[in-house]
Amino acid sequence: MSPKTLKVTIDRGRCADGAQTVFDVPAYENQTVLDVVSWVQQNADPTLSYRFACRVGMCGSCAMMVNGVPRWTCRTHISKVLAGNEVTIGPLRNLPVIKDLAVDMDPFFDKWVAAEGVHHGELTRNDPIAAVNETSEGRTTANAGIECINCSVCYAACDTVAGNSDYLGPAALQRAWTLLNDAKDEGRLAILDAVSGSGGCHNCHSMGSCTLYCPNELDPMSAIAGLKRETAKSFFRKGR
Amino acid sequence: MSIARGITSRAHPLWFAYVLHRLSGLGLALFLPLHFWVLALAMTDPARLDGFLHLTEAGVMKLAEFGLVFLLAVHMFGGLRLMALEFLPWSPSQKTLAAGAAALSFLIAALFFLKAI
Repeated sequence: MSPKTLKVTIDRGRCADGAQTVFDVPAYENQTVLDVVSWVQQNADPTLSYRFACRVGMCGSCAMMVNGVPRWTCRTHISKVLAGNEVTIGPLRNLPVIKDLAVDMDPFFDKWVAAEGVHHGELTRNDPIAAVNETSEGRTTANAGIECINCSVCYAACDTVAGNSDYLGPAALQRAWTLLNDAKDEGRLAILDAVSGSGGCHNCHSMGSCTLYCPNELDPMSAIAGLKRETAKSFFRKGR
Repeated sequence: MSIARGITSRAHPLWFAYVLHRLSGLGLALFLPLHFWVLALAMTDPARLDGFLHLTEAGVMKLAEFGLVFLLAVHMFGGLRLMALEFLPWSPSQKTLAAGAAALSFLIAALFFLKAI
């Protein structure tokens, strides 16, 4: 590969304080967005803060805004996002910035719990292990959403989250939906209650950015639609 | 620049469908009070109503009527789209087929209707 350089702009927001934001980064044939950020941190500005762990798309910690689009940076090849030889990288949208490219994920994870995205078991270790029918409708529906890596790309993509800070967001609601369809989860009432409140599933305008940008090609929008159907059904049945 | 970047991340069909639905709804919401006010003229000031109705012969009003019907159609089909999207647990291809069939039926019915009047 010819010794080309990339013009990388890093949106450091209020943290910049005169710190460098535009960098010339050598281009390589195989280079992810995360590689570019790492090169900057290791060779140009050691004060640059960012977050990553596994580098193989499993841990969900390296998501950033790349040219205005939320992406998992470790699995995004730089050639896919370059405009000419330029790229702008910023912290995830809709979350408080700690410093540079590292955001505070607490609101995102708190909402998982608020949406009852926790296991509601009733059996004890003394009970026999309940068999799960892998081909049942509920299991198939749940399986469609369980590969979420909590990267917050959908949360950053969602305009409803941007407009309503109480909205639980696509990831938390999708987890609630998978648990609602999980034969081993006994939290139906708690889940329906949690997702039908003021920050719940009915805030969703079905804009579909969550589904479009999910790096694991999951479909939170349809999961939220499922919650809308279930909460509506339980509302009209009165008693749940 | 930062605004343009913000929009590129949302520029996809479902987001535009949302924006279209919202804007058409706002347009109709602005139209309705005017609509009721003009209708109320029949009771309060019939002569003024007649004068207003003559305006509807003007080309610009025809254009405005087209706009109104367009907003209504966009908003109605947008609403049907949303309900189908959220309340019918069908597969995407089933929904595409159903939408295609509905659009085709509507087209044929509208052509028939236009021919009849």
